[in-house]
Amino acid sequence: MMKLSLGPILWFWSRQSVFDFYGEAAEWPVDTIYLGEVVCSRRRELKPDDWLDLARDLKACGKNVVLSTLTLIESEADLRRLRKFCEQDEFLVEANDQSALQVAIRNRIPFITGPSMNIYNTATLKILAKQGLQGWNLPVELGKETLEQLIAELKHEDLDLPAEVFSWGFLPLAWSSRCFTARHYNLPKDNCQFRCLEHPDGMELRSRENQELFRLNGISTLSGSRYDLMRELPDMEQMGVSTVRLSPEHQGMGEVVKRFDQVRRGEAPDTDPLQLVEAPPCNGYWYGRPGMDLQKGSS
Amino acid sequence: MAVLIKVKVCGAASGYGADMLPLESAMELVCPAGSLPALKKAVDNGADAVYIGFRDSTNARQFAGLNFNDKRAREGIEYAHARGSRVFCAINTYPQPDGWEQWKGAVDHAASLGVDAIILADMGLLDYAANKYPDTPRHLSVQGSATSYEALAFYKDNFDIRRAVLPRVLSLDQVRGVARHSPVELEVFAFGSLCIMAEGRCYLSSYLTDESPNTRGACSPAKAVRWQETPQGLESRLNDVLIDRYGQGESAGYPTLCKGRFDVEGSVYHAIEEPVSLNTMDLLPELQELGISAVKIEGRQRSPAYIADVARTWRQALDRVQADAEHFAVDSAWHHTLSGLSEGGLTTIGAYHRKWK
Repeated sequence: MMKLSLGPILWFWSRQSVFDFYGEAAEWPVDTIYLGEVVCSRRRELKPDDWLDLARDLKACGKNVVLSTLTLIESEADLRRLRKFCEQDEFLVEANDQSALQVAIRNRIPFITGPSMNIYNTATLKILAKQGLQGWNLPVELGKETLEQLIAELKHEDLDLPAEVFSWGFLPLAWSSRCFTARHYNLPKDNCQFRCLEHPDGMELRSRENQELFRLNGISTLSGSRYDLMRELPDMEQMGVSTVRLSPEHQGMGEVVKRFDQVRRGEAPDTDPLQLVEAPPCNGYWYGRPGMDLQKGSS
Repeated sequence: MAVLIKVKVCGAASGYGADMLPLESAMELVCPAGSLPALKKAVDNGADAVYIGFRDSTNARQFAGLNFNDKRAREGIEYAHARGSRVFCAINTYPQPDGWEQWKGAVDHAASLGVDAIILADMGLLDYAANKYPDTPRHLSVQGSATSYEALAFYKDNFDIRRAVLPRVLSLDQVRGVARHSPVELEVFAFGSLCIMAEGRCYLSSYLTDESPNTRGACSPAKAVRWQETPQGLESRLNDVLIDRYGQGESAGYPTLCKGRFDVEGSVYHAIEEPVSLNTMDLLPELQELGISAVKIEGRQRSPAYIADVARTWRQALDRVQADAEHFAVDSAWHHTLSGLSEGGLTTIGAYHRKWK
């Protein structure tokens, strides 16, 4: 049976909201939980030690915990926080850029690569496999066809590298040095007043024809539609996907996990996951189409 | 021309030896060439190096009618080498399994042409090039997304890269921090289109269309663009998505998706970025002091005339900063030339200035 994972929280939530969320998640049927700030170095409601404490608590609840690193490393301070995660040996690390790869490899910490790591071919996986790679996430813009080929090639090479697929949530699509939330409020990034806290699921960016295009979330830009591969799970299982990643949202997440858990067990639910934050669904990337597209009648 | 030690390299010579490196303090001018006429203009107007790509999706500027076939590449390399300029070849998109042989073939092709460096981003391809052609220098493309000296060390340790192009997301202070500990030469963007996302990890284009810089070497591809006159004004669309709408008297720009006007919580504005160009000429003395090896001009899609103007202007500026960095000031004629060549006539130093963020 495929594993379910909870990806790192991509939004900025208050310290209490984060603890409450993981308090509930400890009871959900997810196998793996990714912890850590992956978007903005100014988001410090939880310090690295807080994340480590949380990791130990969740591990004690039977969860497999992975520490996720910041995606866009820009400063010495960012590197210091990164080293904190890559210089412990209790947990696996999700490396989200080459800085993290370098530090993890140097410290001989086994790692997984996150969806923002550019893994497009088997040659790349082989290089990392020699240096501690334990699993990898398919980049979000790649789909079923490429994944099938990669899994087949890995098998041919006799390499056991479990593949994980971002399967539900707003897709992380870009990172900038500029903060788009601060820009919206006409604030400088260095004095952003942490306005992201007011937008626990980002800010909608729409075309002037009211089409939902993107979600602005600090320095990151996410998809405006929610990626949803629930109906593709049987396909994924057959292909040999190891883990199905669900991306945290601040409401209704328990229900989402429950339905994905049913589907992976072959008990199809009557309805799609609850959509407490309203957004159209999409699955285009999986079918090699524009990411925002929705291919209907699949599975 | 700058005070450079120029060595003529012929035919199949590969790589450049220590005797060919610019004097320590001279920053190189690296210019784009999307065609043989553009390459000649760049060389004639003072480019120390030009970068080219092949006519397919193995490079990040896949445009119809642009780039080099084998014959043109040979002519271009011969032309540049005869005049003491070097040629870099960009193979900086990410091959998927069904493209692997083609991308590998592009590396073989570049090496056989005797280019002076191959600009790569994909780890698998870097590994292939490092093992098969150890004597052909490897430059890490901006698409390789290295924003720290630890990331640079990763690429250096694994693929022995000689140089890296830094993404346009770092402030000058951050560039300083990277430069201080960098194990490789650094090249920074100096002029041209401003990409405001960390390059190599931006999937916005493939979200709206089916092509991205990583997969196809295209951002907001022309095939998906549609212009339409409507009663509300001129509209630009990308795969039917409205990117911008222009009123009377407003000048319209190419619908690069991050430079459109969108609605965020009821306000319509350039929510991601204005259509402006990057121009770092003011920063040249600082970049030189940081030990930056080369400044890069963006724009393989630009005309030979544009390349000539930009190369000439930057050559003059680099020569002046080399001669006397302390008293360097941007000549008003240079400023005038570059503004006239910029998107919307506007330029910014972008993320190099912390406040821009």
